[in-house]
Amino acid sequence: MTGLKGRLTPYLLILPGGLWLTAFFAIPLIFMASVSLMTGNLIDGFTQTWHWQNYTDAIGTYGDKIVRSLWYGLLATAACIALAYPAAYWIAFKGGRHKSTWLFLLLLPFFVSFVLRTISWKLVLTDNGPVLGPLKSWGLLPDGFHVLDSGFAVVSGLTYNFLPFMILPIYVALERIDYRVIEAAYDLYAGRFEAFRRVVLPLSLPGVFAGVIMTFVPVTSDYVNASVLGGPGNTMIGNVIQSEYFTQSNYHTASALSFALMALLLAGIFAYARALGTKDVLEAAAR
Amino acid sequence: MSELNRRDLRDDPAFARGMTSRRSALKLFGASAAALALSACSIPGQGGRGKITQAQIDAFWKGRTGKGALKWANWPGYMEDDRATIKAFTKQTGIQIEYKEVIQEAADWFGKVQAPLAAGQSIDFDLMVVTNGIQSTKMIELGYLAPLDHRRLPNFAKYASPKFKNPSYDPGNAFTVPYVSGVTGIAYNTKYVKDEINSIAQLFDPRYRGKVGMMGDSQELGNFGMFAIGVDPEKSTPRDWENAARKLREQRDQKIVRKYYEQNYIDAVAKGDVWLTMAWSGDVYSLANDDVKFVVPREGGTIWSDLMMIPKPAANPADALTLMNWLYEPRNNATLTEFINYITPVPETQRFVREDAAKATGEDRADLQRLADSPLVYPTEADLSRLRNYRVLTQQEEPQYQKIFTPIAQGS
Repeated sequence: MTGLKGRLTPYLLILPGGLWLTAFFAIPLIFMASVSLMTGNLIDGFTQTWHWQNYTDAIGTYGDKIVRSLWYGLLATAACIALAYPAAYWIAFKGGRHKSTWLFLLLLPFFVSFVLRTISWKLVLTDNGPVLGPLKSWGLLPDGFHVLDSGFAVVSGLTYNFLPFMILPIYVALERIDYRVIEAAYDLYAGRFEAFRRVVLPLSLPGVFAGVIMTFVPVTSDYVNASVLGGPGNTMIGNVIQSEYFTQSNYHTASALSFALMALLLAGIFAYARALGTKDVLEAAAR
Repeated sequence: MSELNRRDLRDDPAFARGMTSRRSALKLFGASAAALALSACSIPGQGGRGKITQAQIDAFWKGRTGKGALKWANWPGYMEDDRATIKAFTKQTGIQIEYKEVIQEAADWFGKVQAPLAAGQSIDFDLMVVTNGIQSTKMIELGYLAPLDHRRLPNFAKYASPKFKNPSYDPGNAFTVPYVSGVTGIAYNTKYVKDEINSIAQLFDPRYRGKVGMMGDSQELGNFGMFAIGVDPEKSTPRDWENAARKLREQRDQKIVRKYYEQNYIDAVAKGDVWLTMAWSGDVYSLANDDVKFVVPREGGTIWSDLMMIPKPAANPADALTLMNWLYEPRNNATLTEFINYITPVPETQRFVREDAAKATGEDRADLQRLADSPLVYPTEADLSRLRNYRVLTQQEEPQYQKIFTPIAQGS
């Protein structure tokens, strides 16, 4: 290979991806940032006025929805960990020959469209449906009890829909743990719990870390679950942005909210990476 | 095990740098600021295109002839399941129709098509059906719609009921003609509601806490809020809007409202998730569930029309116009009305529905007779006098109205 060609190769390799991201990520993002400071409306047009007040107005009006979204995001992410970790653990260590079968079974529901899955929840959980109906007629639940159109339904829906993004990274992290390391822990008089706490858990934390990033961010900005499974008290910020942009054509408000949310999520992930991400913290946890 | 597998994102120096480096963050900020300055342009306004002259109409239609194929965007439930009306049209005219039920809510649909229409690009449909209201007014005002050449639409002048001609939301039917009309009232499930429902006040009754459905659409919701405080929505003022919004917020905050619906309230009331809800007449009429009843409340209901319109960049407006004209032929419209069960703009269809009833037997016969006699399909003058139109909002009023009513369904 000639010298020039050799030096050019890495740049040529990055070119398609780079162009893609520039055209469809960077430029729209910058345009959105610009729109977030404009004022106007669809009829008269929008003009750039560096109106920073868009941000304070948007957050003033919808701040509670942002807080609620972050809270739902935290709850759903925690629930995902609680569900995904034992499942991934069992498949990785006890799955035996059929590991990939178990994994496939676990992921099977996710081959069905996201919206369809969420809507099918509605059929199951309806007030007098197959689950709640019998429980109510046996007197186990009060008549007015309902699951749909509540925060519980939204968080459950979010958890369910984003579960694979938590299971897979945790499974990958657990699966590559060398079983001899655990045996070594037993040899050094560690009990089952001690071996888990001081060997398996720390070694699997990278998977949890990746899983949290992959679930928390999309969960917080999701809007399908809240609109299908939630009631008037469960609106998330994604619903507000969707409605501001698509139904009201308030492009500036929608953009300002998007950027505020993005900043919050980045700050959250940054703090999380700082807190959990360094080797020191990991070692401290292992000690 | 490969080195790649072993890599932990958190120890990866590149990742850590990306997360922490101030210098790169500053660089990024600098670049963004520069680009921001570049993009500090504006999005031009497009208002004031709702007035049209005969010359403009002629210019638009000059040289436009049918191509024998047509794409039509409509709401669910607005065409027979076997598409009999479309088949009949194709058989008579040779024009093929690609029919899609893609419209769920006027506001959402507007959001979807706004960008391409603003850019003058095709939305891949030649005909669409949008409710009269904020969005249809905007589409007219922004010049997104093809002006209708009424010389090619003689059946409208001939057969449309005078009540549907020259409406305030589209003077002279310059851009739109109604597909069907309907009434917004109250639906309730008699399995759960033992009292007689006849008033909007009952939607605000704490006795039905958590069992009331309202519509999320800002105009539908606002209208019922205004009825509840005794104001005619058509003649309402911004002060009335504020008062109505307060009433609606009270209703929401007392947890009387279970959910704000788009289309799916009908399922919820049939299953008993909500016991009474705002509803559209035809949905209840076609629901095969005798427990669910529809009522026009004594305060009044609203009457709306779903309008056929041709997007200006449509590839094939001529065939769309042919279809509009064909649908206003009473015989053709009668078949459709028998399925849709909403108010038809063609009153002469009643005769054909009666004829069909006479020909039919058994249950079909009873159904068709009930349809022909139904005030929800063929309302009398007295019925119509209880119904109110949507308020036509000016460009200045619209953002104000939206700001008052839209946040309610979002919990703000």
